[in-house]
Parts: sequence; C-alpha cells; structure tokens
Amino acid sequence: MLKIGPYEFHSRLLLGTGKFPDFEIQKKAVEVSETQILTFAVRRMNIYEPSQPNFLEMIDVSKYTLLPNTAGASTAEEAVRIAKLAKASGLCDMIKVEVIGDPKTLLPDPIETLKASEMLLEEGFIVLPYTSDDVLLAKRLQDLGVHAIMPGASPIGSGQGIINPLNLSFIIEQATVPVIVDAGIGTPSDAAIAMEMGASGVLLNTAVSGAKDPVKMALAMKLGIEAGRLGYEAGRIAKKRYATASSPMEGMSRV
Amino acid sequence: MKLNVNGEQVEIPNTVEKVSDLLEHLGINEKVAIVELNANILQKADHAATKLTNGDRVEIVHFVGGG
Repeated sequence: MLKIGPYEFHSRLLLGTGKFPDFEIQKKAVEVSETQILTFAVRRMNIYEPSQPNFLEMIDVSKYTLLPNTAGASTAEEAVRIAKLAKASGLCDMIKVEVIGDPKTLLPDPIETLKASEMLLEEGFIVLPYTSDDVLLAKRLQDLGVHAIMPGASPIGSGQGIINPLNLSFIIEQATVPVIVDAGIGTPSDAAIAMEMGASGVLLNTAVSGAKDPVKMALAMKLGIEAGRLGYEAGRIAKKRYATASSPMEGMSRV
Repeated sequence: MKLNVNGEQVEIPNTVEKVSDLLEHLGINEKVAIVELNANILQKADHAATKLTNGDRVEIVHFVGGG
C-alpha cells in the first residue's frame, strides 16, 4: 500500500493527463494503467467555447484522487494561489507543488518550492513537492512535514530516465515519507529501476501520452512498476565478481 | 454591467446579479469552474450568494491536462 497523508493506494503509478492524442485513447490508457491518482493543471477556462470537452468530465471522478499541480508558477506565492484555486473546486486537497525556476530545463526552484510547501502545509494541504534530486532539500522538505517527496529522475518530458541514481538512492535511504520519482521516466525499465531502488511510486506522463501506442505503454508502465516493487520487496542477490554454479558439482554421470 | 472576465472586457446583461448567474449566463454552471473575484477565491457554496458589481475582475479557471 502506498500511503500519502490520510490516503492509501494499491497502485504505485501516478499518471499525468497532458498531451494525449485524444480522449478515447487517454481514457483507455488510464483504465489499463490502474492508476488511482491523476494529475491535472489549473488554467483559465475559455468562456467563449464552454462546450469544449474536458477530460475530467469523461471519467468517474469518484474513482480517482486528483492531484492538481501548480505548473506555471515561478514563485511560492503564485504556487499557493494556484493550489487554493484547485482546492476551491471541492474535489481535492492534495497538491503537487511545482515551482519552475528555469524555462529551458524546467528544473524546480528549490527555495520557492520550500517556501510554497511551508505555506501550503499551514493551509492544511496534503503537500507533494516536485524537487530536484538534492538530498538536503528532500530532508528540509521532510522536516517541514510534507507528505511525500517527488524528485525528478531527469528533466520533465526528457525521457532520459534516472540520470543520478546515487542521489536518488540517498534520498530514498533517508526518507521518512514516500519518495515518488517524478519526471524524466522514458521506459518501463526506468520505472522498474526506480521501484527496485525502493521508491514508493512513480509519476509519469509523457512516457505514456507520447508513446506510439499510449494504451500499451500504460500497461507496460504498470507492469514495470509492479515488477520493480516486487523485486525490491523480494531483496536482490549481492553482486559477485565471479560465477557461482547453479547446478550441483557432485553426482556427474561419467562414461 | 461590464466585467473583466479572464483578462477580457465583457458586457453582461443586467439579469446577472450573482456569481452563479454569471456561470449560468456563460453556460458553465454544470462544469467544474473555480471562480476568483477581485483576487478573492470563492468556494463553490458561495457562488449563489456573492454579488457582482460593475468593473469586477473575475477569473474562471478549471482543470486541464497536465503532469
């Protein structure tokens, strides 16, 4: 079970809802992924075309926990405003704190992320900050009382996988709250490796929505995450420099 | 009455008095729409009781796809 604040989830896959080719494919991908947490962004409504379809209207919202993000914010104050707007929907009290500090790399601003997290905790939100893979920042966020740490594997949408496994392992080792690897996942094996390392979950979007077959990739990611988690729980063997025979040396039949 | 809705000047008929009337006028009363009035975020339950005045700044946002 993945426990985030007061919530419990059997699925360890958190799925983004951006950039899918169409709503039918997206719906199917969400279904086969068996995710229970969907991320969303908050944006102005087009008041001149109110009949424009919205993905939220196409799913049974009661079956999912919504995790709105504060994407678009570059300061703590902007992030807090977006979070409050999201909460005023009455549909959620979890928030993915995303305060971007640089438009090219989309790396999070650590200082503003920390400030925003502190302010949102005071407001009673369930706070999940998207952070860089900095161990001390993770620790500082934990000390504030955030409900999960979400370090990026590599830049958002880059599909580069886990580029600093050492830092990620440091974060996981010291964690007192769930560590959810967020951003940069490209393949099911990336997701599996994150889980084998002991991550509590994986949040991804582009790896599925941008795949040639998003529905098949959604299933592959689900299986990768499950396999990685099982492998972590089972406990891997130690690496050895030389071979160890699997078959007995005794009892060989000879002519 | 003139309102600034999502950054644009909009002329609204006088029958619109409350925030809930505005949402109905725009055809979005059935949708998940979050309203901020003059930088104050409104809870859904307050839409029906909150009056609009000429020149008000209204932000109407919703959830869109995102990661």
